Amino acid sequence: MENVAIIGLGFTGARPDSPELSYKELMYEAAVKAYEDAGVDPRKDVGSFIGASEDFWDGTSIFDEYLPDQIGGALRPVCSICNDGLHAIATGVMHIRSGIADIVAVEAHSKVSDVVNPDGIMHFALDPVIDRTLGYNAHVIAGLEMYRYLHEACVTKDECAEVVVKNRRNALLNPYAAYGAKVNIEDVLCSPPAYEPMSEMDVSNFVDGACVIVLASERIARNANDTVWINGIGWCNDSPNMGLRDWSYPRYVKLAAERAYADAGINNPYDEIDFAEVDDTYSFKELQHLEALRLLETGDAARLLCDGAFDLEGEFPVNVSGGSLGMGNLLDANGLVKTFEAVEQLRGIAGQRQVKNAETALVQSWRGVPTTSGAVMILGSEPKGGA
Amino acid sequence: MAKEYPGTPLKSKDFKKALKTKYTPSAEYAWSAGQAINSFLNGLKEGRILGIKCRGCKRILVPPRAFCEECFISVEDWVELKDTGRVNTFAISYLDTMANRIKKPIIPAVIEIDGAGGNGFLHILGEVDPKKVKFGMKVKAVWKPAKERKGDITDIKYFKPLKGGD
Repeated sequence: MENVAIIGLGFTGARPDSPELSYKELMYEAAVKAYEDAGVDPRKDVGSFIGASEDFWDGTSIFDEYLPDQIGGALRPVCSICNDGLHAIATGVMHIRSGIADIVAVEAHSKVSDVVNPDGIMHFALDPVIDRTLGYNAHVIAGLEMYRYLHEACVTKDECAEVVVKNRRNALLNPYAAYGAKVNIEDVLCSPPAYEPMSEMDVSNFVDGACVIVLASERIARNANDTVWINGIGWCNDSPNMGLRDWSYPRYVKLAAERAYADAGINNPYDEIDFAEVDDTYSFKELQHLEALRLLETGDAARLLCDGAFDLEGEFPVNVSGGSLGMGNLLDANGLVKTFEAVEQLRGIAGQRQVKNAETALVQSWRGVPTTSGAVMILGSEPKGGA
Repeated sequence: MAKEYPGTPLKSKDFKKALKTKYTPSAEYAWSAGQAINSFLNGLKEGRILGIKCRGCKRILVPPRAFCEECFISVEDWVELKDTGRVNTFAISYLDTMANRIKKPIIPAVIEIDGAGGNGFLHILGEVDPKKVKFGMKVKAVWKPAKERKGDITDIKYFKPLKGGD
């Protein structure tokens, strides 16, 4: 199959509110930056435009109707994916590999500041007949997962708090991040209890922002500058059923990763990958996801975290961007923002937070509660099979 | 009667056996208008219709936008337009927003604002017999009194036929 590359990136940066801009103006800013970076004219060169969006977050039913103009897609082939941005990249890869398009623009955004009651939208995602009428906040699903994970993996709340400390510290070095801070374990543990065992600071904060990623076929990418290659991609959903899902172990992340590793020809992920941007919507998720990605055995992530292995200068940096805890939670744009970081790292332009000698990266996304929807992508500074 | 048709007819008590769960979502929004529409709405508050001209394709966009979707460039040349225009197309609606039947029809119409080269926006026609609305009919905005205007598309109550227009 044809290799697919990332040739352009645009990100507005994350911030808690953006009252002076409409969501369209926010998306336009990201799109302009991405096309400039890629050196492409969206009105002539882009063969397919894909947006990742969720109608209820955007507040408009059939939201894809409002997608084209601000990303250069009017009177061009446009579609939207109701999932995280990483799924939209997967769709873009399929468009290129199937010969539909040579250049694909992938967009995702969060204008969550337009949503008056995000908790109402999250509650609306629960099963209407069996689960929704019981009367609990949707974040509770993450509390249920966290307790079971702590129990089975023998991990403590203190260790999860270390994830918050690390990621918010990393975010201090990232000008795009909204929640950089120097905090310590006590700050996290003493923050008000939220969904026990989670405290308030274990939960990432919603932010606004838009991100556009430009993909290209190998034929185009060979002549582009600063190309980063998509060497593997996979995605998977578990059963959403509350009684049937595995509460301690996200099986869907494991299966998505296996597909991405097979695609990329990776056998020993921890040794063959240099750094990772993984979902950390909640602190424990970073540890749980690293294990489900088969980077580590269950229970080992916490130990390595506390040894500093996942620090910027550690042996396997994780969420150098600051992750969702440090960047903020950009809804369905999380996967693209993690991709943005990974590409900047592989291009060697990440500045103060540059990971040394980075050649292969892993990006993983999760669509948040109550979903069991995940995607995994392997990026390389060289295409698989060598340059 | 039932015997004339194949199958088993449903009785009202059968419907009671099929349980349903009712739920009203709590979905509330407060959309940022954005830079371009913000200026447009402030213009309406002052009784003015503002457009914006693209330096690429020279089109005048009304309502204005921060970018031209054709040329994909930023747009910033503001122009003030007249509050008159022509009817591009219209529909005569005998059902309201929630599809309840109404006696006096609502007449939504796309108005090409004068000076905007055929561009314009959707609004409502008033003071007109539905049977007498015509394509290309000249119309003029009927504004709310200045004190009642709040920076909203409804600051224009409706467009009415312009006397002396053809």
